[in-house]
Amino acid sequence: MANVFYISAAVALVSTMLVIVQRNVVHALLYLILSLLSVAVIFFDIGAPFVAALEIIIYAGAIMVLFVFVIMMLNLGAQSAEEERHWQTWGMWIGPAVLGAVLLADLVYMLAQGPPRGFFGNMGPVGPKQVGIALFGPYLIGVELASLLLLAGLIGAYHLGKPAKMAEAGKNRARERGGE
Amino acid sequence: MTPLPAGHPPLHSAVAQLYSAAVYGVPVAHGLMLAWVLFIVGLIGVLVRRNLIFILMSVEIMLNAAGLAFIIAGSRWGQPDGQVMFIFILAMAAAEVSVGLALVLLFNRRFRTLDTDAANRMKG
Repeated sequence: MANVFYISAAVALVSTMLVIVQRNVVHALLYLILSLLSVAVIFFDIGAPFVAALEIIIYAGAIMVLFVFVIMMLNLGAQSAEEERHWQTWGMWIGPAVLGAVLLADLVYMLAQGPPRGFFGNMGPVGPKQVGIALFGPYLIGVELASLLLLAGLIGAYHLGKPAKMAEAGKNRARERGGE
Repeated sequence: MTPLPAGHPPLHSAVAQLYSAAVYGVPVAHGLMLAWVLFIVGLIGVLVRRNLIFILMSVEIMLNAAGLAFIIAGSRWGQPDGQVMFIFILAMAAAEVSVGLALVLLFNRRFRTLDTDAANRMKG
């Protein structure tokens, strides 16, 4: 449906532009989630329902939660809480709420029109079954490489996140031992 | 290639083919334009912002725009390959953001700020 595409494209553009002009990281994150949701609506509309679900689950879910955790770990202390009280006014909810409402109306309208069909040339939606067959058929080597990449990312994040504390602890232990 | 309906004029150039889907709905060119604009917005974010978290978010926007281009192309031909590529991009983004955020934590621990200009000396 063309109008669904254009409305969610407009929401995606507006929210993405608002991401990069925000001062507060949390507000930017809110708009980024909205942008990802509108892209997911576009995916659903152009006949890629599986990837639309993945976009919401992994991008708007897992990766954004990672961002929230890191922001939470960075902003500690009473000073940032005081700043937060200034920032979290009711006015700042208006923008995301309006854009989200537009997106919701868009989605409800699309669902009311019946099952989506791929409209770029009337190809019909490409479901999870076809994607799975392609993924574990000709692209199997890509899956193996992605698993290697994820393992490397896991080890890298662990290595970067952990050793500073461990090194400090080791230094403290050595100092204590020296003091004795 | 999409079979053209009866009575449709023949298509001669690649540009005309890009716009041919307008007969059915949205032209592919509009979808690709959206992906391009989103990518450029992300690129501007990477270039302009100095806060590390914002730079990482802008990189996410760029990766998402690249995935959108893949999905649109795959949808144009009705093939699953575009979605497969998007899944690879997703895995890559997850790995990238986990390492990137670990680096942000390390940076904040060392310089007590998220300003990238704090790291302009080689000897940190």
